[in-house]
Amino acid sequence: MLGLHGRDLTLFLVVTALVVFAPVILNPFPIGSSLAQFNAGYPDLMQRFVIYGIFAIGFNILFGLTGYLSFGHAAFLGLGSYAAVWMFKLLSMNVIPALILSTVVAGLFALVIGFISLRRSGIYFSILTLAFAQMMYALAYSVLTPITNGETGLQLALDDPRILDGGERPTSLPVTDLFGLEMRETTVLHMGSWEFTIGAGYYFAGILMLIAFYLSIRIFRSPFGMMLRAVKSNQNRMNYTGLNTRPYTLAAFVISGMYAGLAGGLLAAMDPLAGAERMQWTASGEVVLMTILGGAGTLLGPVLGAGLIKYFENIFSKINDGVLHAWFGAVPDGMEDVLVTVFHPFVGKGWHLTLGLMFMAVVIFLPGGLVEGGTRIGRLFRRRGRNAGGAEAEAAAKHPAE
Amino acid sequence: MSRHFTRRGVLRTGAVAAGGLALPTYLRAQESGYTNAPQGDTVVLGFNVPQTGAYADEGADELRAFELAVEHLNGEGDGGMLNTFSNKNLDGTGILGKRVEYVTGDTQTKSDIARASAQSMIQRDGAIMISGGSSSGPAVAVQALCQEAGVIFMAGLTHSNDTTGKDKKANGFRHFFNAYMSGAALGPVLTQAYGEGRRAYHLTADYTWGWTQQASIEAAMGSIGNWEMVENVLTPVGAGDFSSYIAPVLNSGADILVLNHYGGDMVNSLTQAVQFGLRDRQVNGHDFQIVVPLYSELMAAGAGEAIKGVYGSMNWNWQLQDAGSQAFTRSFGEKFGFPPSNAAHTCYVQTLLYADAVARAGTFNPCGVVEALEGRDTPGSLEGIDSESNTGFLFDGLGNGQTLYRAADHQCFKDVLVMKGAEAPTSAYDTLEIVEVTPTAQVWYEPDNPMFEGGDLGECNPGA
Repeated sequence: MLGLHGRDLTLFLVVTALVVFAPVILNPFPIGSSLAQFNAGYPDLMQRFVIYGIFAIGFNILFGLTGYLSFGHAAFLGLGSYAAVWMFKLLSMNVIPALILSTVVAGLFALVIGFISLRRSGIYFSILTLAFAQMMYALAYSVLTPITNGETGLQLALDDPRILDGGERPTSLPVTDLFGLEMRETTVLHMGSWEFTIGAGYYFAGILMLIAFYLSIRIFRSPFGMMLRAVKSNQNRMNYTGLNTRPYTLAAFVISGMYAGLAGGLLAAMDPLAGAERMQWTASGEVVLMTILGGAGTLLGPVLGAGLIKYFENIFSKINDGVLHAWFGAVPDGMEDVLVTVFHPFVGKGWHLTLGLMFMAVVIFLPGGLVEGGTRIGRLFRRRGRNAGGAEAEAAAKHPAE
Repeated sequence: MSRHFTRRGVLRTGAVAAGGLALPTYLRAQESGYTNAPQGDTVVLGFNVPQTGAYADEGADELRAFELAVEHLNGEGDGGMLNTFSNKNLDGTGILGKRVEYVTGDTQTKSDIARASAQSMIQRDGAIMISGGSSSGPAVAVQALCQEAGVIFMAGLTHSNDTTGKDKKANGFRHFFNAYMSGAALGPVLTQAYGEGRRAYHLTADYTWGWTQQASIEAAMGSIGNWEMVENVLTPVGAGDFSSYIAPVLNSGADILVLNHYGGDMVNSLTQAVQFGLRDRQVNGHDFQIVVPLYSELMAAGAGEAIKGVYGSMNWNWQLQDAGSQAFTRSFGEKFGFPPSNAAHTCYVQTLLYADAVARAGTFNPCGVVEALEGRDTPGSLEGIDSESNTGFLFDGLGNGQTLYRAADHQCFKDVLVMKGAEAPTSAYDTLEIVEVTPTAQVWYEPDNPMFEGGDLGECNPGA
């Protein structure tokens, strides 16, 4: 099916199922229970999961296959967002033209930046990409304010032209749509004390993520992907055989730049605002973390890593002392205060700390990322009984960390 | 593996799942006609402040104020400003009889993250109102989000003219003062203190807030004190080291340095300017002076000795002697052990004003709240200001004297404080002293003032 075979097909079907049922899977706790704090099944966060998934999948095509560590990929994310918002302002609130332009613009910039940066490899390449990204961030933040609206971020306004939408001035800000289907359209399903939110925007982004994931599988399995792997394992040897590797690495750079542009465009399509922070070096570092946390060079890893980091950023940062007191309300007062004091540094504003500890643990004990963890668990089960392994773990086992 | 997926199996599972999901479907929003109508006997407010990054100190103080406001609304503690507020709708039984609960989030002082955080409060936690923020960028971004989502935004600390100027929104309200008001209040005081015809050199944070403040100060000093601007140099945000920007000031022929910086940048640039010996110099026959148009207690504490005798402006200060300020300072001090900052004050007041507006409107519907905060039923106007736009919701007893929430742009008009670094502070908390309470009439402007034009409130959006 679709040119996929065996375990690739299984992996793709598993990811598809995860995307389709995410609103249910991510909301396992009933509304009103004290664990509802951990529910992540609301549209904005689910959209972020899949969009940053696209970003990380694209980054993995460059970093995972060729080993070139770009430290400036957020620049393409930001470019995509700016391009998309400008399309919303000038042309139409339909997301299709916006996404096309954001992908193309990011691709063009990736071509130029990649052409220059790829003349060096290793740390010098990383520094070059970082320098370009910081330059673009500084430009967007202040110098180019007429185009980017600086610190405040580029937003829609009531008197934007929107040529294709008729151009008349609306009374409230228009919303992004796909041929009439509003991206923010949601339906809430009530099942007992559970609530599941089904959002149009999420499923649109989810489908694009599946397409991006499918393309990534095809690239990984193609001769082109093999060539990129060869670049990673020994570029000198390739050069000695008379093969020019630069077109291949440049192609990988542009492809991953376009993925980032698409992700940036989607972010703007879900929430029409483009801010310069999206291009800052911290954002570039984040996608590196996502990929390494999940497992660089694996198919599923980047998506898992993206999900985990966004989960921490949005869920753990919301746990304040009040929530902690509610959890430990049952234990005696003295104990309660002790427990709250112990947990306090790790939640709320301390979410960075928890994430950092976890990142260290993964890098030290699971150098291949979460996917390696899945593989190990899978192996454990297989030793006990041949059919006991979970589908996901088996799928992960297919692609051991590199 | 693929042999496990038979077509029949997939179809059957899918049909069962779809049937199960579709059974109890209905839209929650349609019941009430607006987003996040409170269910049961509680109402959820969202407090979105920077907990990490450059403005984390301000954010932490804002959170304390929100916590205190919620306590008072729920009838715990000593009631604070509820006792001095001119409106008596709030009696400590929550809002409209519903107990107030709140969720918090970290904006990281980034527009993007602030929006994501606010979005999760709205979509997941069911927040009906979002408040907070320590910087204008995130404030403007979150205000726009609340407009789209159909909830109320009560801005925290945001000083840029744009928040209630070109980026104003019907669902958004600002109690804090703005850069124009700072200029109007500082103009006469600075002219009196330093004389007319001075030559000013501006160092300006290179983003929206810095520019609007620079323009406001330049215009005010030009027209009131006949000051001349020598040069305006834009500095990157978070530069850390400003010595390369301060050295050129020495030979520029300027005799005043205006620092349009905030937070850590202001602490660094002011400290370095003083270390360069700028204030010991004589230029054009004048003593060289430094001005910091926007002050905060936390910055003053950071700058230490350097701040002595330096003029600036503030929205509110705990040293004010009116009953409202004293009641708030007392309950804040008793709970946390130190006096509140002006960021804390504006957040506390905004929460109370929201609760009062809901009580007067009799509904949580954002459009009802907007009408109440615009004072449509009982329009009031400030005394002594002859203007058509002088109409809105008038209140008193919240620390700034008589205050008008102007209907035309959702900006509060009230007295502005001109402050000066104290020469002999007695504790870590009175490093600033009040020089003058500038009356509202002097900082008044029309909604179509060129510094604020280009925006449009639009219509209130109840969402759903």
